[in-house]
This record gives sequence, structure tokens and C-alpha cells, in this order.
Amino acid sequence: MTHAHRQITLNGKPREVSALTLAAALGELGFADVKVATAVNGAFVPAAKRGETRLRDGDRVEVVSARVGG
Amino acid sequence: MNALPPDRPAPAQAPDVLSIYGEAVPSRLFIGTALYPSPAILADSVTAARAGLVTVSLRREQARGRTGERFLSLVREMGVRVLPNTAGCHTAKEAITTAQMARELFDTAWIKLEVIADDDTLQPEVIGLVEAAQELGRQGFKVFPYTTEDLSVADHLLKVGCEVLMPWGAPIGSGRGLNNIYGLRALRARVPGVPLVVDAGLGAPSHAAAAMELGYDACLLNTAIAKAADPVRMAAAFADAIDAGRSAYLAGIMPPRDMAAPSTPMAGRAVL
Repeated sequence: MTHAHRQITLNGKPREVSALTLAAALGELGFADVKVATAVNGAFVPAAKRGETRLRDGDRVEVVSARVGG
Repeated sequence: MNALPPDRPAPAQAPDVLSIYGEAVPSRLFIGTALYPSPAILADSVTAARAGLVTVSLRREQARGRTGERFLSLVREMGVRVLPNTAGCHTAKEAITTAQMARELFDTAWIKLEVIADDDTLQPEVIGLVEAAQELGRQGFKVFPYTTEDLSVADHLLKVGCEVLMPWGAPIGSGRGLNNIYGLRALRARVPGVPLVVDAGLGAPSHAAAAMELGYDACLLNTAIAKAADPVRMAAAFADAIDAGRSAYLAGIMPPRDMAAPSTPMAGRAVL
């Protein structure tokens, strides 16, 4: 049975998403048209694979973008 | 050396082009993009520096956030090559994942690899560094490792495929210059064919000139420019210092001595 929501951590904060995949979750969480890179549980998820990456309770999702750096 | 007859053209000097991973880098000053008072001053500093490349990072984005895109636009407008970093990573695994994200986001296989051991010294964690360099090399990255002057670490990094090394001058952001000139000199002598970039801890243009006079191929610095009272002017000063240091190295610096050797000839002095 697919639960209605998944409890994940997004950029260190607990969030609840109804989306099943990372791609859908990005849309739900406000990253639909933001140029970002993603990792789930410490592993890089290429943009092309976000649609087939299923999210589970407890998943740690990191969403990053370009910043200044030395 | 005999002068050429006046009707023959002077031989062209071989162009002094810096080449890393098979690509020409247009200048020997690499600068970071952090800590500037404003995006405008950053952009003007990059121009004044005549920078060969700029470093950037990846950080968490906010929902509907535009910070990343605005920064990407700014960097694109600069027209300078980008070298993403893995700043803040403490393990090989973190650095590898960060590099993979950077490759996709910045569309480059070049990566400044930082694996940090200690938050006070920000010193390289050299074991994780070599591991990450090896794995990233296998995945097709062109790794620019931030390392120390340790010869055995350098040896390992080269063995796992790095074609450039970036030893520190002093701790990141410390502005101390070249803390271990003897170690840096030894490294330069040990790997004569390898591009070497002094990365971290430079404070004044004289530090960069000193690195270039040792035969280092480029300098990477951020804080020294961004935290200067006048970053744009300081960027130009660093560019000039690096040119001067490089020219001096190519010109062949006179060997130092302890005792004096008169420049004015002794012969023909009046006896008074």
C-alpha cells in the first residue's frame, strides 16, 4: 500500500511530501523551475533520474545550487 | 651571446602558455568569488585580476530561490572559466557526491577537490583527498587537489591521475603568505613537469610574486582580494605581481650570496 505522505528531510528540515518520486517532490516543494542539483541519502541523483527515484520515509534530500566559493 | 645582425628579425619568444589537463588557461591568477562586499565589486575584481578562472561552490537552495540562477548569470557574464569546489567536505564520499552535483550544475568536469580535516586549520585531510581523487579520476573528472607541500601526498595524487597539484601557502584565509618556502621549493623541484598552483593563505601580492619566482605556475586566492580595503585595486595588484614573478622566473634570478660582491669595478679608482 502506498502511504499518502512521506516524511523526508529536505536540506536539513523535516518535511512531508505526497509526491512519490524525487522529481515530483521537487515540484511540490517549490523547485519546479529552479536550476538545482540533488542528492538523496548522500548519493547524487542526476536530473535525468529524478523521475524514477522513489522517496521513502526517512530519506534525506539535499537540493543545492550555484554559490560563491573560494 | 652574440647580437643578431640588424636585418634579421629577433627570434619570437616561445609563448608562455599555462596548460592544464590539455587546455590552455589564459592567465596565472585564479580567484575565488566569496566574501566580496557586493556582486558588482566581485565582477570588477575578476576583470581587474584578468583572472584565468574563478572558483565557485554549491550550497543549499531555497524553494523558489533565485540566488543560484542570479549567481550563474553573473558568472556567465564574466566570461571566465569556472572551477567548482568541494569546500566544506570532510570525507571522500561527501566530496565525490559534491563533485558529481557540481559537474551537472556547472557543466564542467573540472573540480577543485577539497577534503578538510579540521575546522580550525582547514587543512587537507590527505587520505580522503587521495581516495576521492582516485575515484573522481575514474569517473572522468579533472581533479585540482587542494593539498599540502608533502611530497608523499603529492606522489599519491599524481599516481591516481591528478595532472595538477594545488599546495597551500598558509591556512585558508590567513593571509600569511608562504609558510613553508622550503617545502614548496622542494615540491617544485620534485615534480618539474607538473603544473603547480599555490592555493590558500596568500595575503599580499608580494606573496604571489614569491610563489611565481619559485617556479609555481599560478596562484589561487580569494580572501586577499575580497577582504582588501579596495578589492578591485588589489585584484590588479595581484595580476601585476604574478606577471612580474613569472617574468622574473623566466628571466633567471641571480643566485644569492652572503658576502658582498662589488658591482662597480675596482680597477681605475682614483687614489685620494
